[in-house]
Amino acid sequence: MVAIAIIRMKDLFAIVMLSGIYGLLSACFFVAMDAVDVAFTEAAVGAGISTLLMLVVITMTGRHENKTRHKPLSALFVVIITGGLLIYGTFDIPLFGSADAPIHHHVSPRYINDSAAEIGVPNIVTSVLASYRAFDTFGEVVVIFTAGIGVLALLAVVRRPEDESEIDSINDSMHEQHLIIRIVAKILIPFILLFALYVQFHGDFGPGGGFQAGVIFAAAIILYTMLFGLSTARKVINQPFIQLIAALGVLLYGCVGIASLLNGGNFFDYNVLASTPIGGQHLGILLIEWGVGCTVASVMILIFFNFGGRREMQQQKTTQHKAMQTKAKQDSQIQEFL
Amino acid sequence: MLLGLFNDWIVIVLMMIGLYTVIAHGNLIKKLVGLTIFQTSVFIFYISMAKVSGGTAPILADDITKYSNPLPHVLILTAIVVGIATTALGLALVVRIKEAYNTIEEEEIQQQDNQIQTMLTQQTPSKEDNNTGEQS
Repeated sequence: MVAIAIIRMKDLFAIVMLSGIYGLLSACFFVAMDAVDVAFTEAAVGAGISTLLMLVVITMTGRHENKTRHKPLSALFVVIITGGLLIYGTFDIPLFGSADAPIHHHVSPRYINDSAAEIGVPNIVTSVLASYRAFDTFGEVVVIFTAGIGVLALLAVVRRPEDESEIDSINDSMHEQHLIIRIVAKILIPFILLFALYVQFHGDFGPGGGFQAGVIFAAAIILYTMLFGLSTARKVINQPFIQLIAALGVLLYGCVGIASLLNGGNFFDYNVLASTPIGGQHLGILLIEWGVGCTVASVMILIFFNFGGRREMQQQKTTQHKAMQTKAKQDSQIQEFL
Repeated sequence: MLLGLFNDWIVIVLMMIGLYTVIAHGNLIKKLVGLTIFQTSVFIFYISMAKVSGGTAPILADDITKYSNPLPHVLILTAIVVGIATTALGLALVVRIKEAYNTIEEEEIQQQDNQIQTMLTQQTPSKEDNNTGEQS
């Protein structure tokens, strides 16, 4: 329902808000489907970070959509044909919740039955993510890191020091009004950060882990940036440091793999890292989750900082432009007067 | 039977809404939102495949024997975070397009491109004419 409302609306601001609600709803759905780890991530990403990012972008690009659409009828035709074919395909899919579906008979029984003995971590999702499929997860972390670099390359702004004061004045005028929100946020942010760390360290035993902790941590920092202005946030956390952390996270992850190679095991075979295999697994998973958490959090913060920086640059340009226009007007008036 | 396939149908409906948005709408941000809906429908598909009726969340405990499948959870967990990173990259491209063309409607961008193209094609033959004139 929300999705239909999203495509019907013209106002992009309402669309972005609705997509936040949509993210939250799908997080609730994931809890109902027993996927608690996924629900964590979706709640932080779908309802938090992606909504904020889209908001920043529509402040730059304008919030209204044109009425024109390309051939809606033929698009509808394609969509209905594809949908019909897919629904025809569903009749061969095993029924929802049936335990004898093929998906539950390949590698999953091994994960469920043996991971307690092999890995020694209660949360099966964590043990699959960080140990059985560590190589896969490494690839995904690298993808996130690359996306961060891409955003940096597209949007990075070289700032000259003399611009700072002007931006500060813009920020101050913008943020002074939201006193209540700022105080509430000041109370909440430490707890959000603490919760992110809890999720990070508790990922072995309950739902949680590096990805979830990273996005929650980043959401807290982004909230701070939204409320107190980019330059204040940049004073607290400077950007080169964040870039360093993002790279270090990937490096830490890779180093754990190399370390297990050097100790005589396979790449990402943590059994050899400590004296007992279970201890080695614990150590390896802990280090890897740290690497993932660092990279995810710092890439998200980096992306947001760059969008924000771009926006400030545009604002500054427009204000300068306006100032120049008014000055030119005044000059012409003075000349007329003379 | 019908109830057993209900989740899959919802997934297909969501997926088609996303696809329609990507095809039919000209606004680039709207296209990205459509892409996100498409993405979420795939997530929902995977997660509902993982559900075993009567099972619980895949966190080991002593008195529980039936768990849902952890593997799709792992795949989707990472896919969500990768998804937001790539969406951010798309949004960054939209911002740059806005700066270059001053619009994010696909048709207006195409018009501007066509104008530039026609200007270029008008210029090049005249240049060639000049060259041949100089040579002769």
